[in-house]
Amino acid sequence: MAPQRIELMLCTGTGCVAGGSFRLKTALENELARQGLKDEVSLVPTGCNGFCGQGPLMVVMPEQVFYGWLKEEDIPFLVQEHFLKGRPVKKLMFTPPEKKEPIPLLGDIPFFRKQMLLVLRNKGVIDPEKITDYLARDGYVALEKVLTSMSPEEVVEEITKSGLRGRGGAGFPTGVKWTVCRKEPKTPKYVICNCDEGDPGAYMDRSVFESDPHSVIEGQTIAAYAIGASHGYIYVRSEYPLAIKRMQIALEQAQEFGLLGKNILGTGFSFDLEIREGSGAFVCGEETSLIHSIEGQSPEPHQRPPFPAQVGIWGCPTVINNVETLANVPIIITRGADWYSQIGTPTSKGTKIFSLVGKINNTGLIEVPMGITLREIIYEIGGGIPDNKLFKAVQTGGPSGGCIPNAHIDLPIDYESLKEVGSMMGSGGMIVMDEDTCMVDVSKFFIQFTNDESCGKCTVCRDGSDALLEVLTRIANGEGQDGDVEFLEELGAVVKDASMCGLGQTLPNPVLSTLKYFRDEYIAHVRDKNCPAKACKALIKYYIDPDKCPGCTLCLKNCPTGAIKGETKHVHVIDQTVCSKCGECLEVCPPKVSAVVKVSGKEAQELQSLAAPAPVKEWRARRAQESSTVNTRS
Amino acid sequence: MAKLTIDDLRKKRAEAQKGLYLREGEFRGKITVHMGTCGIAAGARTIVAAFLEELEKSGLKDIMITTSGCAGLCSKEPMATVEMLNSPPVKYGELTPEKARTIFKEHIVGGTAAVEYALGIGSERGA
Repeated sequence: MAPQRIELMLCTGTGCVAGGSFRLKTALENELARQGLKDEVSLVPTGCNGFCGQGPLMVVMPEQVFYGWLKEEDIPFLVQEHFLKGRPVKKLMFTPPEKKEPIPLLGDIPFFRKQMLLVLRNKGVIDPEKITDYLARDGYVALEKVLTSMSPEEVVEEITKSGLRGRGGAGFPTGVKWTVCRKEPKTPKYVICNCDEGDPGAYMDRSVFESDPHSVIEGQTIAAYAIGASHGYIYVRSEYPLAIKRMQIALEQAQEFGLLGKNILGTGFSFDLEIREGSGAFVCGEETSLIHSIEGQSPEPHQRPPFPAQVGIWGCPTVINNVETLANVPIIITRGADWYSQIGTPTSKGTKIFSLVGKINNTGLIEVPMGITLREIIYEIGGGIPDNKLFKAVQTGGPSGGCIPNAHIDLPIDYESLKEVGSMMGSGGMIVMDEDTCMVDVSKFFIQFTNDESCGKCTVCRDGSDALLEVLTRIANGEGQDGDVEFLEELGAVVKDASMCGLGQTLPNPVLSTLKYFRDEYIAHVRDKNCPAKACKALIKYYIDPDKCPGCTLCLKNCPTGAIKGETKHVHVIDQTVCSKCGECLEVCPPKVSAVVKVSGKEAQELQSLAAPAPVKEWRARRAQESSTVNTRS
Repeated sequence: MAKLTIDDLRKKRAEAQKGLYLREGEFRGKITVHMGTCGIAAGARTIVAAFLEELEKSGLKDIMITTSGCAGLCSKEPMATVEMLNSPPVKYGELTPEKARTIFKEHIVGGTAAVEYALGIGSERGA
């Protein structure tokens, strides 16, 4: 193939695809052909680039110009200006909020600069559907190394020495798990890749599948060699169609190349892999449930020990590792345990992928070394909180984790430090919350989720989550009673203690950690019927300040429920019995007027609207008279 | 396809690495063809094609071929700037595909600027 002068790395991860990147792909191909650039410029569909908030996006190689928020109509201009005439298009580049000048190059954008890419080393650089792209980036070098120069024991030893710990949540040392399984006399043995990613707002594993599926296959094959397994499963939820498709293609290519199957690379080692799709029950991420699901049984957990490494699928020794854990394996083997264990903190080695979402300027997928602080993640990589709002807390670990308040923002992140402050690493979801987020509401959201997802086997988990949800709903509805807060704490502790699997054992964490750091907020809801963040609909009221309302009818016209009464140049009034509290009036009221306010608690009870709309002139005259009367009296 | 042996895999990998050089970001030199309207009208696209062909023939993987806007000396178009690591940029003018080929061979491969076609050495100074 003739050399090209430009390669367009177009992100086709699920996020960008949803934003239309396949349509952009067609548009780009057509336009390149139309302008006669087809032979000089090529297009490479890649997996998730990470800067999802800017999607659909594209990086232009070799210069590394970053373009975001692309639309089909931008394409003809972009192709002509940049790819033909060599003038990069500023208006399509990334401009940080509140800055005027765009940052043209990917490497200069703070979101990327602070990251450390080990697992995601190939993201945005390779076409995930081409095994040759993976090979070119030293793909399958690690497999080659273990099959030709290392004994299985040495592989286990190397992984143990590296300090790698499970990336799925609990952080169990991978080497220990492998050692236990290796020592089991029973055969056959199995390796399972756990891609049942279910935490709300988390998409690390999906992105690894979509951007670099071979790294997982390679890691899993090395794991199989280390423990002596001949067969493996990739368990992935069927809600991830693109991830499944790319993994399926990768498996077929690896089989075709003889990197999977019988007598791999002529070394005598045999191992094969197949995909098993789950229907997306959250509990299937728990390893014993996952095993039951593959076996075709109802996905309920069972008691450990024996651990799956001893008695796993089909009653045989089984290693179950998370996607990210397995994707770490090839680089540890290639670069060595000594190199790997220099990265991170004393107890947690390497990097961690987080999905940074919520109230944050730069939404996306990031990989950072263990030990980085929350401040660096939120303010440097994440670019801070939108609209200059105040940072309130960050939720890590999904429904099993907890909220970490501002007081701990300089905490270096690792497995232990997160546990100490009442949260956990989890699989890597990181939801940023600002001052407008109500902690009762957040707890309610997560308990609603785990309550739905509880398999129902243990009474404390099934009925305990019901009861937690009931009380939280009551508090959010302004019907909280004395003793509710104490009840939440007591019940939370019981659910933790008496549940059998990780789901139940951790589900009270969102409630308990918010109670620990934001107890006042719960008390305000219960005692004062006040939602300090003004988020709980039952406790808030929208109110039009009659002294400020000029009677412009803007809010009235935009109110979807017709709750606003008034006419031109009349002070408007919200009928609270009709208002759905959508906040549209507050949105549309011009900032220089700001007559609409949102109030809660005492303020909401005290503020009284006019009984009926009144002409602005009359009302203001009356107010002027009132105040002058007051003045004369004083 | 027959299953690969270790040696086959290494060959495949080496072959694949050739196709990825634009993404690896290690470049020793850069050829910029000026593609303003003036440049395109004077035939700059044939110059790009000639450079690309020479690049393929040479097998070099550390040379970037790129385009930029009008260089300001429209009467000398088509023009190109060649920048090699650690030496000043050289501007070439009134190019033809043949001249481009010579420049590639002498300057990029051979390491000496093709002075007979050069307009100047070094960058213009800013005000």
